[in-house]
Amino acid sequence: MPVRSLSFQALALSLLAFVCILIPRTASAVEIQRFTTPGGINVWLVEENTVPLITMNFAWRGGATQDPGGKAGVASFLTVMMDEGAGDMDSRAFQEREEALAMRMSFNAGRDTLYGEFRTLVETRDESFEMLRLAINEARFDEAAFARMREQILTGLRDSENDPQTILGRAWGEAVFSNHPYGRPVDGTVDTVSEITIGDLRDYRARIFARDNLVIGVVGAIDQKTLAGLVDEVFGGLPLNAQLTKIPDAIIPDKPFLRTAELDVPQTVIQFGRPGLLRDDADFIPAYVLNYILGGGSFSSRLYEEVREKRGLAYSVYSYLYPLDHAGLFVGGLATRAERAQEAIDIVRSEITRMAKDGPTEEELASAKAYLKGSYALRFDTGDKIADQLVQIQLENLGYDYFDKRNAMIEAVTMEDLKRAAKRLLDGGDVFVIAVGRPTIKTDG
Amino acid sequence: MKHRSPAVRLFAALIAFTFLAAGLPGNARAFVKDVANFTLENGMQVVVIPDHRAPVVTHMVWYRVGAADEPLGQAGIAHFLEHLMFKGTPSNPNGSFSKYVASVGGQENAFTSSDYTAYFQRVAKEHLADMMRLEADRMENLVLTKEVVDPERDVIMEERRSRTDNNPGAQLSEALEATLWFEHPYGRPVIGWMNEMEKLTLDDAISYYDRYYTPNNAILIVAGDVDAAEVKRLAEETYGKLKRRAEPPPRVRPEEPVHRTHRMVRLESPLVTQPSLTRSYVVPSYTTADREGLTGEAEALDLFAELLFGGSTSALYQKLVVEDKLAVSIGGYYRGTMLDDGELVLFASPAPGTTLEQLEAAIDREMAAFLKSEITEETLARVKRSVIATSVYAQDSQQTLARVFGTALTTGRTVDNVLTWTDRVRAVTADEILAVGLKYLDINQAATGYLLPASAPSRS
Repeated sequence: MPVRSLSFQALALSLLAFVCILIPRTASAVEIQRFTTPGGINVWLVEENTVPLITMNFAWRGGATQDPGGKAGVASFLTVMMDEGAGDMDSRAFQEREEALAMRMSFNAGRDTLYGEFRTLVETRDESFEMLRLAINEARFDEAAFARMREQILTGLRDSENDPQTILGRAWGEAVFSNHPYGRPVDGTVDTVSEITIGDLRDYRARIFARDNLVIGVVGAIDQKTLAGLVDEVFGGLPLNAQLTKIPDAIIPDKPFLRTAELDVPQTVIQFGRPGLLRDDADFIPAYVLNYILGGGSFSSRLYEEVREKRGLAYSVYSYLYPLDHAGLFVGGLATRAERAQEAIDIVRSEITRMAKDGPTEEELASAKAYLKGSYALRFDTGDKIADQLVQIQLENLGYDYFDKRNAMIEAVTMEDLKRAAKRLLDGGDVFVIAVGRPTIKTDG
Repeated sequence: MKHRSPAVRLFAALIAFTFLAAGLPGNARAFVKDVANFTLENGMQVVVIPDHRAPVVTHMVWYRVGAADEPLGQAGIAHFLEHLMFKGTPSNPNGSFSKYVASVGGQENAFTSSDYTAYFQRVAKEHLADMMRLEADRMENLVLTKEVVDPERDVIMEERRSRTDNNPGAQLSEALEATLWFEHPYGRPVIGWMNEMEKLTLDDAISYYDRYYTPNNAILIVAGDVDAAEVKRLAEETYGKLKRRAEPPPRVRPEEPVHRTHRMVRLESPLVTQPSLTRSYVVPSYTTADREGLTGEAEALDLFAELLFGGSTSALYQKLVVEDKLAVSIGGYYRGTMLDDGELVLFASPAPGTTLEQLEAAIDREMAAFLKSEITEETLARVKRSVIATSVYAQDSQQTLARVFGTALTTGRTVDNVLTWTDRVRAVTADEILAVGLKYLDINQAATGYLLPASAPSRS
């Protein structure tokens, strides 16, 4: 590990910008420190000394959408190569060292974002951070490891080829996103993964692992000064600017349709949706509350009540808002026995239409607010969860004071807001539906 | 499990089938030194795990009853009752418990395994007393009607279709377990067999409830921003007022006869596109090892599993995946946190061009070679460190800690067993690890399952 000179370190400390904010719902103990490292990297830290652990979550903007054309799965492939050897350690040496340090490191590709999670015991902190530095800056991509991991990915893809959820996901991508990068499977396909080369991984890393698209959230037994030095060691050598391919906004179908794929399984798997709202939309919070009432609440939503509780049609029925960077979606799903799939789809459609037309009741709004406000604290009760929140808030550009404002934003939602959100989100209630199972459903077009 | 959230479902599955299976009774004295453990006058046990980092609590009630305690012919009744427990009581009818939990921003769920059934809520700490009042109420006042039982039976049947009937891999696992255990009810799936589930009645559920849901068969676990004295006071005011409704019988399940055969199960399905194999051996659990005077064997089995097939540094992975390239992946775990015997489970996918028979032969050859090899001090230290660290990482989550203690106490372990786990793992020697391997990797105590595409014969 390179050693920074003492004088530089002294200067560097004075550059740290201190901004603290409390997460009020989770008591005064949780205090966010925002600062910029001497190397110019922004970090959000919650110092928490109860448990001798440090959790660092980080993310680069630019996930699977940045896969080169025709090679879906590059970002996802890269994530499994990160602990397959780095620096002067081959795959086995690297993984044995990870084990000896009892550190945890994992990477995960999303559509818009590439995520990393790193956890270490305090007692092996410096050695573990050095391993992370090696992985991010000097992963080797040895031929043998590359071939082995490719075979594992291909095996996984082959393994799920006839899984109803996989077939559903593929049909969904094609029908909803057509040729947009969001329509490509994040993990790729047997065909695309077979085409990926080591050069593709190197190229992706060179383009995406940068500093201007990086966000970091840390929780644990570490102070700001120590962390700043370690963050600079790990990320300071990356290029300043990522080279992101510009992604166009996706055009989501606004006409309803019902498509089916045949598969001989006893339970039909169903997904439905329609265009939704982007995260920065002024009506996002009202739409979020509305969705909670419709299908977001675990034991209390209308879909839960009508589909599961009254009729026993499904173990699982739900809906959620899915805001991507370049598309907003409203999505829901359930699974039910083939003979009653049609009935289940009809009920979902009628409940969405009812909500679109009449909106929720005052009582439903009050219950939704009570739940959503009260449960916010439960997102902050482990170091892992807090680190995840610190990263998400930054990725979504919600502002460091979002933790303070969020419950007030929920509280401020009125019936008027919900009616407007219902009109914008559900617009009469037409949804597109994709079902995978035995042919028991009338397609309507 | 009652709730639909995929994330929660995953978490529970992880805990029930992977996390604890990996032998992970979390511990680190520094953090859990203040664990309190006492018993109410009616026999209900209480454990308090302080965690003052956030003003929330995890409130759980565990019953010492699970699918392995079900009457013959009623497979799935433990889990069915778990769902029905959300239906209401005279003073809190029609799901008003759940509505109340939601109204205070709480989260709730329940889960069932072979050895236990548990209910929990996670709430801001000021609502703890209400949770205790409501959970105590449904311990003795559950009311069921045909109107709520009938649709819920459909729900659990849908749950079975989701988990098993749509998934050939799950069907093979179910058949493998049923084949592995001749007589012990661990061979029955927790969700139940469909033909028995469809016949489960309101009376079946209530008689099961009346037999097992009583304070003297329950454990209260509260983890979070509380202190033991406060929990004790609240527990005495709520659970402490409950009568002993029943005296559940000792948990003595049918014993396995001597096994003399290696059993093979084979599932060919057009839904399968990638062959794989699974093998399970019957081995002692933490509890049966102690019961039979085999002290230290369970801890050794935990390390044995880790060394043999625990991850990409393990012996089988390095030999068969990295060197010989006969397998694409290989893994496994020790399911040691059980009231009766446990299992060593391994699974593997062959490389293209390798048949399952060839892969199985190679696995047997390499396991035999491992038993003759030497475990270096360096390797042993590395693996111990990694295994023991799981108990430090577990301290980040009050929910995880609550589950660790709940699982231990419903599977015949004590709070002290959990607290001393890391010390006992540290004490295991290389010789002891190889000795349990030699003793328990007996093919006649095992069942092997092949998952195959319908059209592709596996013999070359």
